[in-house]
Amino acid sequence: MRILTIDTSAVASAALLHFDPADHLRTVEVVANFATEDTRSHAEVLAPGVQSLFTDPVNEGPALDAVIVGTGPGPFTGLRAGIAMARTLSFTWNIPLYGLMSLDALAQQVFDAPRKNEAGRAIGPLAINDYVIATDARRKEVYWARYSAGAQLLDGPHVGPADGVPGLQVFGAGAGLYRDVLEANGASVYPLFADAQPTAVELGRAAARKIIAAGSLHGAGLLDSTPLYLRESDAKVPGPRKRAL
Amino acid sequence: MKQPLILGIESSCDETGVGLVRGTELLANTVSSSMEEHVRFGGVIPEIASRAHLDAFVPTLAQALEDAGVALEDVDAIAVTSGPGLAGALMVGVSAAKALALATGKPLYAINHLVAHVGVGLLDESIAAQYDGGALPENLGALLVSGGHTEILRVRSIASDVELLGATIDDAAGEAFDKVARLLGLSYPGGPAIDKLAKSGNAKAVRFPRGLTVPKYMGTTEEPGPHRYDFSFSGLKTAVARCVEGYEARGEEVPVADIAASFQEAVLDVVTAKAVLACREQGITTLLLGGGVAANSRLRELAGQRCAAAGITLLVPALSLCTDNGAMVAALGAQLVMNGVEPSGIAFGTDSSLPVTSISL
Ligand SMILES: [Zn+2]
Repeated sequence: MRILTIDTSAVASAALLHFDPADHLRTVEVVANFATEDTRSHAEVLAPGVQSLFTDPVNEGPALDAVIVGTGPGPFTGLRAGIAMARTLSFTWNIPLYGLMSLDALAQQVFDAPRKNEAGRAIGPLAINDYVIATDARRKEVYWARYSAGAQLLDGPHVGPADGVPGLQVFGAGAGLYRDVLEANGASVYPLFADAQPTAVELGRAAARKIIAAGSLHGAGLLDSTPLYLRESDAKVPGPRKRAL
Repeated sequence: MKQPLILGIESSCDETGVGLVRGTELLANTVSSSMEEHVRFGGVIPEIASRAHLDAFVPTLAQALEDAGVALEDVDAIAVTSGPGLAGALMVGVSAAKALALATGKPLYAINHLVAHVGVGLLDESIAAQYDGGALPENLGALLVSGGHTEILRVRSIASDVELLGATIDDAAGEAFDKVARLLGLSYPGGPAIDKLAKSGNAKAVRFPRGLTVPKYMGTTEEPGPHRYDFSFSGLKTAVARCVEGYEARGEEVPVADIAASFQEAVLDVVTAKAVLACREQGITTLLLGGGVAANSRLRELAGQRCAAAGITLLVPALSLCTDNGAMVAALGAQLVMNGVEPSGIAFGTDSSLPVTSISL
């Protein structure tokens, strides 16, 4: 199975992944990968990034099994660039489209990260059972969600100030940004993931886990491509005009 | 040469538009508007418009292809508005257009929304009947009036040479109509509401200020002032507010129809007078009207009278072509293709204040 993944919830990123839904060793090959550090120029860089994954997108695209897009939460304008891209590719190539919460990508990455012994050798997965993924929501807030073993979503996604995050181990760029607030609240921040952002590669790995566990694309519990804005538009209905006395 | 089939995409404000044009022949013009969602706010809310564009795009595209009876494979090139307009709204159309271009391998043109308002004149059958070979007339000018822009353009060549002669320095004319409608307790959008009410009012009842018309801004033909062809509507809006408050403070009933008529006259008097002045001084002999305010009956009347008196031919495309739409983008795209202009690639960005001299990127 070959899937194209796109995530623009933080950085602009896209990846092509290949795996076998019946492979219980869960081998996932990253065929091609694009990611930028920049969080503000998605409209410019995303399309060339997606194109760079293919030799011949016009013919390779329709042969894909699915497009899977990160549905956020993330800053709105950048998030929409990825979802507009994914929806239009799916329509044009006539291939299925699914969504996956972008925080799930980091949750899977953290769960699978190697636990190291004192000599620095990997001795198995980090495999934490109760933890929080937090990313930067701007405006002095974080997007966050709580996960259990196997990167299973327990609670969220939410948006709010860092002092509303539970006092657990917190991972992701939101943790690094608000370390002091989180630690004052009883949380701990793991240095390795203190600046981590969701990316298309990790979104693809998280999706592949779900697809392999279900044995198929359809039963994997993936979402549709509806963006997780979590915030209303800032628009206020104007009050009645003040009348002159 | 076979006429190119162009798919045009528009998302610069609150209309999601997809149009299909073959040369100068209109095949489909599908528009999905989020206008209803902005009514309670009394104006376009950019974030709400952007969310609506994202959800409307693929269905609008599918409908346009069905309306035109063509498949994506048949399309020769794609054109998309890359500016000017609302940044977040532009981004949705541009991202989708780039996806279409890379998925189909078709060339993509990033085009200027204002110039597209002029290019749409090529699609109007009653206008095309007056000019042979599907070309726009020589010595062409354009007056664009909408909720997002108010400009006077000179069009030497639709594909390669467009110049901005004048523009609003603050609110767009349509925006002023929306704000004044709110002051008068009328519905959104303000243009149609004020146009309707003004018919029963006295346009001479209140003498509202005409922005940027005093000599220090106008100068003379020989020595033009700094804003000879420019507009300003924010002072007018304030004057209307003061006027309404005056009636209220005196405990008198506000003569809403008279104020609506007087306000509308103040806007359209300046708009048409300056457009005609620019035409006379710049050798423009045909003036094309564009933008949603082209629906205003008094604008059509006043522009018609003043153009006729000055010997200028006035062209007014069908209203469905005057308001923002994808067909106008496709029409300009077709002109670029037929003139051998290079496509834009897929790495360009949106530009919310794209100058009119950038016809394509
Ligand atoms: Zn417009």
